[in-house]
Amino acid sequence: MIISLNHYLVLGAFLFCIGVAGVLTRKNAIIILASVELMLNAVNLTFIAFARHWGDATGQIFVFFSMVVAAAEVAVGLAIIVVLFRHKESINIDEVNLLKW
Amino acid sequence: MNYDYNLSAIAVPLILAAGSVLVLLTDVLLGKKAKDSAYQTTLTILALAGVFCFTRWGTGGSAFFGQVYTDGFTSFFNLAFLTVGFLVVLNSPNYLIRNGIDHGEYYMLILLALLGMTFMASAGDLLIFFLGLETMSICLYVLAGFHKSRAKSNESSLKYLLLGAFFTGFLLYGMALVYGQVGSTNLAEISNYLAEAANPLGGYMGIGLALLLIGLTFKMAVVPFHFWSPDVYDGAPTPVTAFMSTAPKAAAFAAALRIFYHPGIELGIPWENVLWVLAVLTMTVGNFAALAQTSVKRMLAYSSITHAGYLLVGFLASNELGASGMLFYLFMYGFMNVGAFTIAYLVNRRGKGNYNLSDFAQLGTKSPMLAALMSIFMLSLTGIPPLAGFFGKLYIFSAAVQEGYVWLVVIAVLNSAISVFYYLRVMVMMYMREGEDLADLEKAPTVAITAVICGLAILIFGLFPSPLLDLARASIIALL
Repeated sequence: MIISLNHYLVLGAFLFCIGVAGVLTRKNAIIILASVELMLNAVNLTFIAFARHWGDATGQIFVFFSMVVAAAEVAVGLAIIVVLFRHKESINIDEVNLLKW
Repeated sequence: MNYDYNLSAIAVPLILAAGSVLVLLTDVLLGKKAKDSAYQTTLTILALAGVFCFTRWGTGGSAFFGQVYTDGFTSFFNLAFLTVGFLVVLNSPNYLIRNGIDHGEYYMLILLALLGMTFMASAGDLLIFFLGLETMSICLYVLAGFHKSRAKSNESSLKYLLLGAFFTGFLLYGMALVYGQVGSTNLAEISNYLAEAANPLGGYMGIGLALLLIGLTFKMAVVPFHFWSPDVYDGAPTPVTAFMSTAPKAAAFAAALRIFYHPGIELGIPWENVLWVLAVLTMTVGNFAALAQTSVKRMLAYSSITHAGYLLVGFLASNELGASGMLFYLFMYGFMNVGAFTIAYLVNRRGKGNYNLSDFAQLGTKSPMLAALMSIFMLSLTGIPPLAGFFGKLYIFSAAVQEGYVWLVVIAVLNSAISVFYYLRVMVMMYMREGEDLADLEKAPTVAITAVICGLAILIFGLFPSPLLDLARASIIALL
């Protein structure tokens, strides 16, 4: 069987959905960040597949930038989680409940 | 395509980038001797960037192989961002010093967030737009949590970060699918594709554009992607809230106009229906939630959701008047909201720090000028003539009527009528309510100056709206 574009796209979509499910169901802030990373990497896979399909480098360049952005986001995210831990002695997002309507 | 490496095309973002480094250096080298050196440097840089933006107004075309546009649209939004940035920085030190968070990094983050916004407004490519959006967002995550010893501020930044990163995933997936269908991430080529395709939303394009729209509407705080904004606005330091509720919203709408505004290209009935429903939901949900608030800060947070709904009406109308009305409204909304938040902050110092509505009691006699300014902001947010907020709404709504969205405009006007209740409640409190004896207001010259500038701008552009509207219209024509 030849692995076609669609195989990569379906794999990407699956990984993306796993990431979304992780963000929506998990309570630990670090796991949520990791799930977001999974979503971004699923998109990266999609980009690479399309870049190969079009024979065009734009998609690959896009992936470099999105990896850099993801790294920056995680750096800031972990710093915020450290501050959260100092306040609450926990990183469970169920305990983040000061602000309510 | 315009093959040039013309650095002057991105003069404003370059000034902001160099300025952010300079601010950090001055803070390290001079910060011990002169406490406010970072503050003054930042104001100078913003003024310099503003002068550059104004004297070298965009004349069209693009630079860096079509990556950034250098047209009037870019310049218009750059001016709007810099104005909001200047006003926010101007009144920040009072808050920062009082809370012991007077660090130079604050100013650097504001400058870098502005840098991201300028790239969002000038983006000629999805990549540049994405980088601008993320530069802005990451700075805002940090700014929201800048008061890190305060649990609420930390909670606000955590919520913003987790949800922001989550929606970045959707935005990026949308870009990947659009790229997959078009074979390019260049906005000009995408709009060519949309114009030529027999079924513009066929293939991956429909879902790709929908995901892109979800990512953008999150940043605009449009219902149903608004749930983060009241909490984030409430917990963040007040000057940061004033910044977050205006400039990034303008940047998101600027990017939306760049990506989706293609007069003559019909994206079809489903697309219009989705925008229609989003606009109605946003106006109504924001309004009814604002009615129930006792905290002025949260009330303003919900009201900013409502205003995103009015702007969506203009976006849906998507003709020349609607789009230029949006530009006018976004510019004026910056003045209204920054002014309202600064006065809310100043008045809050009388009470227990909960931004209670009752803190405003007797402001009319204790401090007539501040009360008058707050009344201007509230009336302008309601949309009472002859203030600037009225003309913004007038242009947007009449554009929507021209395009045949009569029912949408009826709902929008009804919503404006409902919003009178919670805006006027502040004024009733200031002028008619006998309160317990609250302390006098402290003297805070920079905060008062900011409020005066905002109030004057609303009055002047309310009495003479045509120069700014002409400028907005010229910017929109440049977009075609």
